[in-house]
Amino acid sequence: MTAFDLQAILPELLLAVFAMFALLAAVYTGKDKATPLVTWATAGVMLALALFIGLGEAVNGRAFGGLLFEDAYGRFAQVGILVAAAAVLLAGQDTLVRRGLGRFEYPLLIALATVGMMIMVSAGDLMTLYMGLELQSLALYVVAAMRRDGVKSTEAGMKYFILGALSSGLLLYGASLTYGYAGTTGFDGILAAASGGEMGLGLLFGLTFVVAGLAFKVSAVPFHMWTPDVYEGAPTPVTAFFATAPKLAAMALFGRVLFDAFGQAVGDWSQIIALMAVLSMFLGAVAAIGQRDIKRLMAYSSISHMGFALIGLAAGSQYGVQAMLVYMAIYLTMNVGTFAFIMSMERDGKPVTEIAALHQYAKGEPVKALAMLVLLFSLAGVPPMVGFFGKLYVLGAAVQADMTLLAVAGVVASVIGAFYYLRIVYYMYFGEAEERVETPMSPAAWVMLMGAAAAMLLGVINLFGVEGAAAQAAAALVN
Amino acid sequence: MTVAGFAFYVFALTVLVGGLFTVVSRNPVHAVLWLITAFIGATGLFVLLGAEFIAMLLMIVYVGAVAVLFLFVVMMLDVDFAELRAGMAKYLPIALLIGVILLVELGMILGTWVTADGVEMLAAPVAGEVQNTAALGMVIYTDYILLFQLAGLVLLVAMIGAIVLTMRHRRDIKRQNVVEQMHRDPKAAIRMIDVKPGQGL
Repeated sequence: MTAFDLQAILPELLLAVFAMFALLAAVYTGKDKATPLVTWATAGVMLALALFIGLGEAVNGRAFGGLLFEDAYGRFAQVGILVAAAAVLLAGQDTLVRRGLGRFEYPLLIALATVGMMIMVSAGDLMTLYMGLELQSLALYVVAAMRRDGVKSTEAGMKYFILGALSSGLLLYGASLTYGYAGTTGFDGILAAASGGEMGLGLLFGLTFVVAGLAFKVSAVPFHMWTPDVYEGAPTPVTAFFATAPKLAAMALFGRVLFDAFGQAVGDWSQIIALMAVLSMFLGAVAAIGQRDIKRLMAYSSISHMGFALIGLAAGSQYGVQAMLVYMAIYLTMNVGTFAFIMSMERDGKPVTEIAALHQYAKGEPVKALAMLVLLFSLAGVPPMVGFFGKLYVLGAAVQADMTLLAVAGVVASVIGAFYYLRIVYYMYFGEAEERVETPMSPAAWVMLMGAAAAMLLGVINLFGVEGAAAQAAAALVN
Repeated sequence: MTVAGFAFYVFALTVLVGGLFTVVSRNPVHAVLWLITAFIGATGLFVLLGAEFIAMLLMIVYVGAVAVLFLFVVMMLDVDFAELRAGMAKYLPIALLIGVILLVELGMILGTWVTADGVEMLAAPVAGEVQNTAALGMVIYTDYILLFQLAGLVLLVAMIGAIVLTMRHRRDIKRQNVVEQMHRDPKAAIRMIDVKPGQGL
């Protein structure tokens, strides 16, 4: 192990070591009484690492003999993952304690999942990819089933675990085929084997299975079946986590595999991705219409959003990757804000997730209702909000790559999808008088909600500089 | 027949017989024991192939841990295997059909097996300078240290997960306190009572 290897792995190493020490410290002291402290410390370490990665000295290269790639693309995704994970931890901490789920292991499992995600996005080898993916998934299966006395939470964990194992099987099958036909598991070697315009049938099969395994993780149609059930069953703060950081990690990993390992065969995978994108957008938009539960609705919403992000990848260009990254950054911000609101919804101290409970909400809480209005408009892609520019970005990438039909499909799906977001807004402002839902929020959750809503309005000016960073990241990946 | 050839047939037969009785034995505990027999046969086959590391893994992990775990589960859970096997007669024809199809497929593959010119079929691997356990040891802590440590983290997460999902802090049960036990005074703990016949306490 050289100094460079250590430098490349340092953020992951620090986070993992922190998680282990915090685990020991909490076990030997207050156990669950230490939960708030552990949560804030974990979030603090994550934010510090995000700053360290984002502002630190940039070094590029291959670490651990090609097992790990250190480049601007990985750093962009890592910063996004760390910030999103910290934001969700802080927003959800109060809710978890109030629901009797304030276990000190939760922030630490999230921290270890984050280590897995950070490894995933900078993987340079199929083996590293798999180890990172499993580290992340295993921690997520556990937190999904955290309310172990609840039937729904246990079901969510079980479903996620079994279907996740199935997808890992698909991915490994693909990886073994790729290894067999490329002769190596390293992305550089696969890139060399898959170049020259045409890829062998064996490699193509391998690619397809790897893509199927990854599509499960981003919940793209036709591998989306688990999403609504898991989102509904898991405790809401956990759902909030599922909908944010792991999505970015899986999407970034998708880009990593497609461009770093199969970048010379864009024509071979572009259609697969485009088909998944179209199916995801439409299924997400249409299936969400009939939902009565806001968590299920957000699940279909995330499926639809993943479809849009996949458009960026399907374009197969540097601009497409940039669009995907910008879209994911916007998606994360919107979801952190929206879920900060959803997890506070309750009536008589019991969590409420029916959309109908939001009738006339704006009468009682005009400020929060306004913030939700902004966020929902942004999720729907209504013009002055940032969400619109994210959609514009990926559709632009599709048009630039001569995939006009794909862009048209995106526009149609976004119009269909706007219906159910606007319906919530309608309920909040013009719904029939009913017993209103209460939304007591911790200051942290309130800041997340308002901050995300403000970002959706103010981000119009320059997207907070995300665009430039995404451009650099995309350039690092594609070239 | 060489010694290696003879050993091969012995181990192969062990695997086959073990596998067969795993399926047909009526007693689930016997089935697991037969499964262990099959694993041991497979271990021998791996040694013959020159893969002594995998052979030891199979012995330690599968026989030592997995199969014994099976045994515990079979003995501790009240699984009615007769009931599970009730549908066997109904599914026997389709199972046989699948078996026959697999057999035919295997036959077809072996029938069309062509070895390229100049390829020498080896019955046993050529002994190298380094044994494969040593070879693995040389890369696992150097080239693949990252993956090895990540695997450790995955196991840590599995352990935390098992504790989070199953452990309950129960307060209403008696716990053993060794120090307290050792410092008990026989005089305070035992009372000598002279019980009169026919009266009781």
